[in-house]
Amino acid sequence: MSSTEPTMGLTRDEMAQRVAVDIPDGAYVNLGIGIPELITKFVPEGREFIYHTENGLLGMGPSPEEGQGEPELINAGKRQVTALPGAAYFHHADSFAMIRGGHIDLCVLGALQVSEGGDLANWSTGGPDAIPAVGGAMDLVAGVKLVYVITQHCTKKGEPKLIESCTFPLTGTGVVNRIYTDLAVIDVTPAGFQVFELSPGVDFDYVQERTGAKLLDRGTPSDS
Amino acid sequence: MIDKTVEDLAVAVGDITDGATVMVGGFGEAGSPIELIHALIDHGAKDLTVINNNTGSGEVGLAALIKAGCVAKMICSYPRSMNSTVFPDLYRSGKIELELVPQGTLAERIRAGGAGVPGFYTPASVGTPLAEGKEQRTFDGIDYVLEHGLRADFALIKGKCADRYGNVIYNKTARNFSPLMAMAARTTTVQVAECVAAGDLDPEVVITPGIFVQRVVLVPDPAHESDLVREGASYP
Repeated sequence: MSSTEPTMGLTRDEMAQRVAVDIPDGAYVNLGIGIPELITKFVPEGREFIYHTENGLLGMGPSPEEGQGEPELINAGKRQVTALPGAAYFHHADSFAMIRGGHIDLCVLGALQVSEGGDLANWSTGGPDAIPAVGGAMDLVAGVKLVYVITQHCTKKGEPKLIESCTFPLTGTGVVNRIYTDLAVIDVTPAGFQVFELSPGVDFDYVQERTGAKLLDRGTPSDS
Repeated sequence: MIDKTVEDLAVAVGDITDGATVMVGGFGEAGSPIELIHALIDHGAKDLTVINNNTGSGEVGLAALIKAGCVAKMICSYPRSMNSTVFPDLYRSGKIELELVPQGTLAERIRAGGAGVPGFYTPASVGTPLAEGKEQRTFDGIDYVLEHGLRADFALIKGKCADRYGNVIYNKTARNFSPLMAMAARTTTVQVAECVAAGDLDPEVVITPGIFVQRVVLVPDPAHESDLVREGASYP
């Protein structure tokens, strides 16, 4: 959430664009609040994604033109959106049947921390003054087929977010499949974090220094 | 003749007693029955347990109900949002109770309550603090937690249009929890912007069948929470 872009690695828009490249044509996709929302700007040519928003809309379109918005047509972040031709409205139990029932192909969520075992912490820092608020995150990670995380590699203070084991309250255990950061694309494998791709101009050691767990190189054979 | 329409908002909420459990429809401002909530503030019932996805924003609608001291406990998934200070302040000072529920679990608990299902197993929250103290069971190698159905004494919801039988249709993403809450409450009151004659709603498009609705009250031009918050309005 820092306003200053990192000196190395991808911008937030470039991170979102990188995720979009990996989403297959025809996928039903749920996007979390924040950086994940930027993905809608970068649908690759020739592909069609259908966006699900858990407050009851499949076929979510972009923000409305200035002055054209409706207070009762909003997304999970409570921002006004539009409904594309072919959209459908439904109630919350149906919406979470789509999620929990394994009908949504992919979700992209933000993260406070991800562990090398794929545990995700993204809803509370557990601080004494924090107001705990979980929303739909626990249902999403429990039910969606593929869970991608998009996040800055480190916190604003420079602390690693990819670590051996999460210290914040968990959203789910062993649920994250892949992480897109400003520095790299990293898969969660049975052997731990495995670098799939480094951002332009970033080398392996630079990413390892900023990661709180051992990274496997692309060429590193894993046990699985 | 069956006619579930009531003459005004005061009548619609007039029998809500102290200590009642009240489901309130809406996700953020979409579907929030602001006029019914304000009538409930005027009515003055206290020690309520309120079930809603959020805790309101600004000092109108649900946030105003909380600020007025009517609510002892909130059951919700996301008790903070933009322009939300009433609940966080009370919560930090220990003056209101919170039961935090994952959003899909909240929806299913309400649906189950309304459908006569006392409990169900869900994978959501397994391995997290929200599963602590709950019975767990393994099906086909996957862990699930037991969650209980939720019922309520009253539900206050907002629709777009209804007839005298209580058949309701909704407006876009304002539908959210309301059809579930209508099922789960002993007395469901819906405020609608339009009442139509029986037969004017196509049976194929009715979302909430009238059996789940006890009262219909006409609010022709409902306020939008975001407009009121922008104006700095507070209720009463």
